[in-house]
Amino acid sequence: MLEALLVMSLIALALGAVLGYSAIKFRVEGNPLADKVDALLPQTQCGQCGYPGCRPYADAIVSGEADINLCPPGGEEGIQKLADLLGVEFKPFGAGAEPKPKAVAFIDENTCIGCTLCLQACPVDAIMGAAKQMHTIIASECTGCELCVAPCPVDCISMVTISENVENWKWKYPVYALKSVPPETTSRTPV
Amino acid sequence: MRTLFKFHGGVHPPGNKAQSTQQPTAVAPIPAKLVIPFRQHAGEAAKPVVQVGDHVLKGQLIGEPAGFISSAIHAPTSGTITAIDIQPVAHPSGLPDLCATLIPDGRDEWVERKPTDYRTLPADELRHLLRMSGIVGLGGAVFPSDVKLRPLRDHPNKDIGTLILNGAECEPWITCDDMLMRERAAEIVQGAEMLRSMLGSREVLIGIEDNKPEAIAAMRLAVADSGLPFEVVAVPTIYPGGSAKQLIRVLTGLEVPSGKLPTDIGVQCFNVATVYSAWRAVAHGEPLISRVVTVTGNVARPRNYEALIGTPLTDLIALGEPLPDTDGYIMGGPMMGTPLPSTSVPLVKAGNCIIAGSKKLFPPPPPALPCIRCTRCAQACPADLQPMDLYWFSQSKNFGQAQAFSLFDCIECGACSYVCPSHIPLVQYFRFSKSEIRMREQEKQAADRARERHEYREFRIEREKQEKAERLAAKEKAAAAAKPVEPPVVATNPDAAPENTAQMKIQAAIEHAKEQAAAIKPKNTENLSAEQLAEIAEIEARRARIRETAKSDVEPPKE
Amino acid sequence: MAAFFSPFISKPDTVAQIMLRVMLALLPGIAMYVWYFGPAILVSIALASVTALATEAAMLKLRNRPVAPFLQDNSALLTGWLLALSIPPLAPWWLIVVGTAFAISISKHLYGGLGNNPFNPAMIGFAVLIVSFPAQMTHWLTPHGLGQVELGFLDQLRYTFLGSLPPGVTLDAITMATPLDTLKTRLHLDESVKQIFDMPIYGRLAGQGSEMVSLGFLAGGLYLIAARIITWHVPVAYLGALFATAGIFHLTDPAHYVTPLFHWFSGAAMLGAFFILTDPVTSPTTNKGKLIFAAGAGLLTYLIRAFGGFPDGIAFATLLMNICVPLIVLYTQPKVFGKKHPSGKNGGAQ
Repeated sequence: MLEALLVMSLIALALGAVLGYSAIKFRVEGNPLADKVDALLPQTQCGQCGYPGCRPYADAIVSGEADINLCPPGGEEGIQKLADLLGVEFKPFGAGAEPKPKAVAFIDENTCIGCTLCLQACPVDAIMGAAKQMHTIIASECTGCELCVAPCPVDCISMVTISENVENWKWKYPVYALKSVPPETTSRTPV
Repeated sequence: MRTLFKFHGGVHPPGNKAQSTQQPTAVAPIPAKLVIPFRQHAGEAAKPVVQVGDHVLKGQLIGEPAGFISSAIHAPTSGTITAIDIQPVAHPSGLPDLCATLIPDGRDEWVERKPTDYRTLPADELRHLLRMSGIVGLGGAVFPSDVKLRPLRDHPNKDIGTLILNGAECEPWITCDDMLMRERAAEIVQGAEMLRSMLGSREVLIGIEDNKPEAIAAMRLAVADSGLPFEVVAVPTIYPGGSAKQLIRVLTGLEVPSGKLPTDIGVQCFNVATVYSAWRAVAHGEPLISRVVTVTGNVARPRNYEALIGTPLTDLIALGEPLPDTDGYIMGGPMMGTPLPSTSVPLVKAGNCIIAGSKKLFPPPPPALPCIRCTRCAQACPADLQPMDLYWFSQSKNFGQAQAFSLFDCIECGACSYVCPSHIPLVQYFRFSKSEIRMREQEKQAADRARERHEYREFRIEREKQEKAERLAAKEKAAAAAKPVEPPVVATNPDAAPENTAQMKIQAAIEHAKEQAAAIKPKNTENLSAEQLAEIAEIEARRARIRETAKSDVEPPKE
Repeated sequence: MAAFFSPFISKPDTVAQIMLRVMLALLPGIAMYVWYFGPAILVSIALASVTALATEAAMLKLRNRPVAPFLQDNSALLTGWLLALSIPPLAPWWLIVVGTAFAISISKHLYGGLGNNPFNPAMIGFAVLIVSFPAQMTHWLTPHGLGQVELGFLDQLRYTFLGSLPPGVTLDAITMATPLDTLKTRLHLDESVKQIFDMPIYGRLAGQGSEMVSLGFLAGGLYLIAARIITWHVPVAYLGALFATAGIFHLTDPAHYVTPLFHWFSGAAMLGAFFILTDPVTSPTTNKGKLIFAAGAGLLTYLIRAFGGFPDGIAFATLLMNICVPLIVLYTQPKVFGKKHPSGKNGGAQ
């Protein structure tokens, strides 16, 4: 009886020592989980989640402050990936937060007055121009965040949906003729 | 006799090649209208260099290469450009693309041609000539040939020892290369010698599948006549024996490493029709404006035609006289071709064959059953892949695993779908997965770039703030040092003033803009020269087009 | 021209045809069965077929899948046939019905239906029956000319459906233990192989009659290889491993261990080698994997026969090796064209 207790205590002590040692030895600086969450976010920096950018939202998700279904640009797939990473249930978008089709901003050059307000609003420096000079969007860098639309005093910025063309076209998922199961039961299969 | 090698798998679909080889190649008449897409090659689309209303001559440049991997587009005959706009094209997506419409004047008048002796030109000038002549791979991939002829980047001194001419033409029904070899063997051989001298190869092998004895005989004769030490090799008929990597393996025993190019193992491979066109471009100064195309399938007169690029397929099909039960058309072969969204699309450089289909020739596949892992697909795969596993990962969108199981080594030949007893559209799943993975990688890169730019911006704003603060502090310090006892001036809120002026300025500008918008007529348009007017019109047109393209509300055509 | 993407042509092969040809290949064996043991086997095959189709249809309905295309794929029929051929032909009707229904519903459809079951359904059915109803599973018919009494077809039918035998006939009189079972029991009683083989139930190679049935299955199996429905890998590796293991034991002690040929032609060895282990769904997809899988099954079959508690070992050997299939497949990926290493385990993304 006594030996058994002794052995058990010794094992507990030894394991505790190992755990304590590794906690110090393999300590990770920063929050690696927030980095992983940030990597899954689409980096539009649009603030639609209510946080001033993707990184703050990632931090908020990790700290438990924010839900995972607040990022419309990431789409349902984004929520699914976050759910998989964090080991939580998938959550559909709330009302009014459904993702929109991808778009880029377009400045009507005839109306632009060169006020630089949109330049200051752009989170990724994707607008070129200077005071009293016509501005233009660097379309390839534009994330479609729409943050430049509101500040424009002359309403010369519009969002142009990127439509499917020969260059960005994708092959479709083959239609499986034998599936007679209604789509809503199959669409939520984990990726 | 050369020892030939084998590649794994392969299938033997019925050839159906005899139908279209009964008669010699005919020249298709010039159609009433030509539609010439600016994207007929791999890489960037060509940039239009003509305008609506221009009169162009046969062989005149109408689209110049834009980018490293790009090629030129030429007017196939003389006539007037009546439109440069979005038109339906033969693309698997069924989406339209930018095309020039040319109404021929019937004179078929050539632009000035400059025949060149390739021996007098250095290789880089020859490559430029090929690029500006629009020479691209006519076997199907339409990859710009000049890019394939550049010296090796990694080993500039290592030469490409073997040049292979691909005359295998393994797809059923297609016979355009067969007829070209039978009828124009001498020029193919000349072209091969030209490319050989550009690459500096020691050995030239011409691989032709043994179901084309006439082509083999014609090429052998042409090689013998030329006195060149080329070897015409009859390779076994097996699909996809005409795929470049598989043909290289059969002829040399070498495997092109995964993700690498044939040049990495000292081999380069060109389709025979490409070689022929390259020769015409250099020796005759004729850019690539026509090609041989097979019109076959459910037609009364299957035959090969030399047709102008841009010829509406309706015209070509009419030449073949389709039978009444025809219910669709395929561009390319039955294994890898694409169904045509409509027959009004134009012939492009990649268009090697048009097959009229019917329920009898191409019966609709039975509904797909689940995979029973019978491994017939793995036995047929020429890339030694395990299609049933790739299918499993693709249909569950498990893209990471699909990539780990070498999805990108799939050449999309369709052999697996061909043998599948469950009739699963395997290749379609693989195409889907591949394009999905590519798109995701692009999105990932865009996100990474956006993150970087965002972080840099934050950093810049922070730095500017700090610098401003430092400047202010220094100024205050200096002011304090200069006038230590002066009492502060009681100003009317020093912060508000500049802000107010800024706001006023913005307001003024807004009004100005509004005024401008109200005055619809632009200023300074009275005393302009015709040239300036034309320029303005062009700029306006371009703006309109850009907006149009961006919106692109053109519906994909439906049959 | 209803296809929307290439390829537009395909081989005329279908799953239904493949299954049908496998069933055709079973016919020589079945003919031998009827010849030596009477037509009772036909009754159990018919019972199994009806049960298989009914269960399949019911499960498809329950799972909300289209019924017609799957019923026509013949896979359920084949499962029923294989199970009927593995259990004693003279058995109460509910035995084969329970086994087949379990095989189709639990081991096939609960795992996702055709193509998704990890275990061979017929062998699951067999395992369930031998564990649940061991007594009924030992009533094997005596071959022609060996039994004291021989039942007519009608008497057999009456026994199967009503459970009654003609007056004066006991079950023991018309059934016997299988040659494998007898061998095992007698060896335990310290008799030598030679003595045992003098019994009339033993023929030239193995059991009287059953050796001919095995030959029938061998013939059918060779047809399957010739028709390229199965590859040679599984039968060769299975029979090879069985032969080698049996051979080693036989050489060390011929008095206690029978010849490898006896093992080949006893029990369900031939049926297993060509028809059960070759089930594409539950066997490895790689050629190397097939060899390992079948060799493992051969070894296990011998171990179970020689040292285990059951007279024959095909079912449990198959099921045990089924478990290993995903692992075997992962480690036997072939080399991909243009790659130095196989894909999968070692390949990784480019």
